[in-house]
Amino acid sequence: MNGRGPAIDIARRDLLKGAAALVVALGMPGIFAPRRAGAGALAPARALDPGQLDTWLAIDGEGRVTGYWGKMDMGQGVDTAIAQMVAEELDVAVGRVTIVFGDSAMCADQGGASGSTGVERSGVAFRAAAAEARLVLLERAAERLDAPLADLSVENGVVRVAGRPGRSISYAALIGEGSFAAPITWNGEYGNGLVLTGRATPKDPALYRVVGTSVPRKDIAGKILATTQYLHHLRVPGMLHGRMVRPPVAGAQVRTVRRESVADIPGAEVVVVRDFVGVVAPREWDAIRAARQLEVEWDETGAGFPTTSEQLFQWIRDAEPARSKVEVDIGDAQGALNTAAKVLAAEYEWPFQSHARMAAAAAVADVQGDAAIVWTDSQKPFDTARGAALLLQALRKTEHTPGVRSVWMPGPGSYGRSDAGDGAMDAVVLSEAVGAPVRVQWMRDEGHAWDPKGPASVVTCRAGFDAAGNPLAWHFHLKGFSRRDQNSREDAPSEALAGHLLGHESTPQWVMGSPDNSYGFPNQRYSWEALAPLRRQASPLRTSHFRDPYGPEVHFAAESFIDEMAFASGVDPLAFRLRHARDERDIAVLEAAADLAGWTPRTAPRRQREANGRYVGTGIAYARRGGSVNAVVAEVEVDPATGRVRVRRFWVGADHGLVVNPFTLDRTIEGNLLQAASRTLFEEVRFDRRRVLTEDWASYPILEAADAPDEIRIRQIDRPELGPRGAGEPTTRVAPPAIANAVFDAIGIRLRRVPFTPSRVQAALSGT
Amino acid sequence: MANMFTINVDGEERRIEADGSMPLLYALTGDLGLRGPKFGCGLAQCGACTVLHDGSAVRSCTLPLAAVTGKVRTLDGLTKGVEPHPVQAAFIAEEAGQCAYCINGWIMTAVALLERNPEPSEGEIRAALAGLKCRCGTHMSILRAIRRAAAAMAPRAGGGRDA
Repeated sequence: MNGRGPAIDIARRDLLKGAAALVVALGMPGIFAPRRAGAGALAPARALDPGQLDTWLAIDGEGRVTGYWGKMDMGQGVDTAIAQMVAEELDVAVGRVTIVFGDSAMCADQGGASGSTGVERSGVAFRAAAAEARLVLLERAAERLDAPLADLSVENGVVRVAGRPGRSISYAALIGEGSFAAPITWNGEYGNGLVLTGRATPKDPALYRVVGTSVPRKDIAGKILATTQYLHHLRVPGMLHGRMVRPPVAGAQVRTVRRESVADIPGAEVVVVRDFVGVVAPREWDAIRAARQLEVEWDETGAGFPTTSEQLFQWIRDAEPARSKVEVDIGDAQGALNTAAKVLAAEYEWPFQSHARMAAAAAVADVQGDAAIVWTDSQKPFDTARGAALLLQALRKTEHTPGVRSVWMPGPGSYGRSDAGDGAMDAVVLSEAVGAPVRVQWMRDEGHAWDPKGPASVVTCRAGFDAAGNPLAWHFHLKGFSRRDQNSREDAPSEALAGHLLGHESTPQWVMGSPDNSYGFPNQRYSWEALAPLRRQASPLRTSHFRDPYGPEVHFAAESFIDEMAFASGVDPLAFRLRHARDERDIAVLEAAADLAGWTPRTAPRRQREANGRYVGTGIAYARRGGSVNAVVAEVEVDPATGRVRVRRFWVGADHGLVVNPFTLDRTIEGNLLQAASRTLFEEVRFDRRRVLTEDWASYPILEAADAPDEIRIRQIDRPELGPRGAGEPTTRVAPPAIANAVFDAIGIRLRRVPFTPSRVQAALSGT
Repeated sequence: MANMFTINVDGEERRIEADGSMPLLYALTGDLGLRGPKFGCGLAQCGACTVLHDGSAVRSCTLPLAAVTGKVRTLDGLTKGVEPHPVQAAFIAEEAGQCAYCINGWIMTAVALLERNPEPSEGEIRAALAGLKCRCGTHMSILRAIRRAAAAMAPRAGGGRDA
């Protein structure tokens, strides 16, 4: 350990009390950010060299292990999984392992929550670190016990010598409060690409005792018992409450602000920097009132959007692309389509969707001269710190970049680049302006209307068949908005709404998506065209990563169309997939889902109707993602009287490589499926030429308890030889097409536009 | 215009100086520092702020402080000593909730339901939960937890508790 600053005190407290205590400690006012105590209090207190074992692991005088993790858990139990992997390699009880995460001064940057890589990448890095730590300790033990390394074994953190029952020493005695002072080979990268390799060989999965078991999630009790301190509870001395003021038209600029319009509100202060408008007040309700009451005159010249959600898909079809690319080109798809005996074509539409977190963005920022601390619920706190530092530098127009520490605290769920990073930057600007710590809380309308969006798109699919009905070619073409108008990390002023309002130009990136499967059709082409944002600066329709970016959009189209191809060939959709999928893992999950569901082969929609008049059907889909593969069978009911679609059952064949925690894996899959079902059935951002119109839960409904399935059954296929693969996103892309295919089986009508709202279903049923 | 209000929260009389139009939520989270009820929408559309007001689940984000006339119960006050309430115990056993920002609303609504109707049908459970939002999609775990709590609390199961 280097230094004994306040942060280390936190770490020690954490070692004593466990993970929940860390959060409590972080939230206690003044513990490591005493007001105006100088920048030193905010400075990093741990040396964070990824090439040193001490950066990753510590063992205290009582044998308790702390892992300093550079990724995040957003409530799916990933930190518990990391603790299991560490406990397994070190041969200690999992209850003795605490994982600290989310503090840019305490943990090395492993990328934050990103791409479902928490276990797959950072877990594997921790496995290497823990195995290495065990080896270092065993080498010390060999010396202390005067025994050959090969004779040593470890149980519950105690090293024993084979054949010599009295000879033992604990990890605590070997290292207690000291350091490993040992290197581990680091590949020189930070973020998702950070790899650690030790001299030690990690344990053979056949010997696992902790990995593969359902250890309870460490975070759950505190959340249920209301002892967990969320970001939203944090109050620091001298803190003011901040609220933002948004224009009535997207991109409108400030003409005048009448500060006197809030003069009657106690302590209210108005902050205006270019087009950034906010208020602060000592009491929260007063800040809310001031934001509502503040009179701002806006210049609407050039503001708004060039189209509306009503005309969006035609606008997409007609628009000139900014970029285009062929991602996959096997054989000669166009040639085969030209000469095919039969050609099938279809288009699929997916709207903009909102992250719409349970609560909109919140953050507390305390800017103190040359240093600042930001408490955030961003899933990428390292990037929050980077972005905040550059934003402060730009505000001050200096060459010097201030030091910023970012500390994550629990907040509403985050499924990619939500509004969290935008809220953090708002808090930084306000704190800098008023010279006090400021807590920002976006209101509901901001969370829906001003958060980053999932992109809207139109997919065109074409397939060619020979005279016998065998598929010869398919062409998948995606046209839509980039999934990254705004970076998925808030690491620069240009990548946050506040930055745009301060004049930093947005930097759209051209990132789209393609289907991921193993179909062996002889001629295949996947291509895309990306469109420029509907408005470039300060747009409430700016896109960024929303859980499995472009996964549900692309696979809704691709796996619906595979179904259409199957029926066009006169082949059962399951049999068609089994015939054309090439990878044995893909085939295994398809067979698992079909087996659980008791799949009934069909070559036409069955249109089964129950006594109550409801149609019932099942549908299947599958997709790969980042080394995981899942197949889903959905059973839906469609009520022709109301147009309501409800998923009754999901059956899932799930292959996520090595399963670390079966219980939490099941629940992570359930969350994916329900959120994806919500996106498929309910969610669409609507906008006119002025603004986003869906700005609350009434105008942007999501799935509720009444819509939840009766049952979800999951068969996990454990593949220890592959190592762990991500689970945070891969099933999100499979649910939409499974639901669409089930609706087709139920009513014999193919729904090709998401969401499947009651009015659209009724229109489809009545043939209008 | 600030006034002094006395409200009964989790069995204690609490004095709050505030504008009477201020919603109860801000008194609970701000003045009293409670961690159960949470700000989600401020529009009574999501339930994250739910408390029991004379036994009924209400949205504290839109209930003006001046309109609080009865006894307020919160998630913070649900735990009796060190024993979690049976509904909390069931939510912990099922690991219901991921971010769990919403979970206050589901628990408090379930408590109100089970106090009113100890043996609810599946349809009654789902109807009672109408309007509550969970963005992580943990509805299956939440429903399992409420069924588990109902079974544990049902009089015939011997799981009844002191009111």
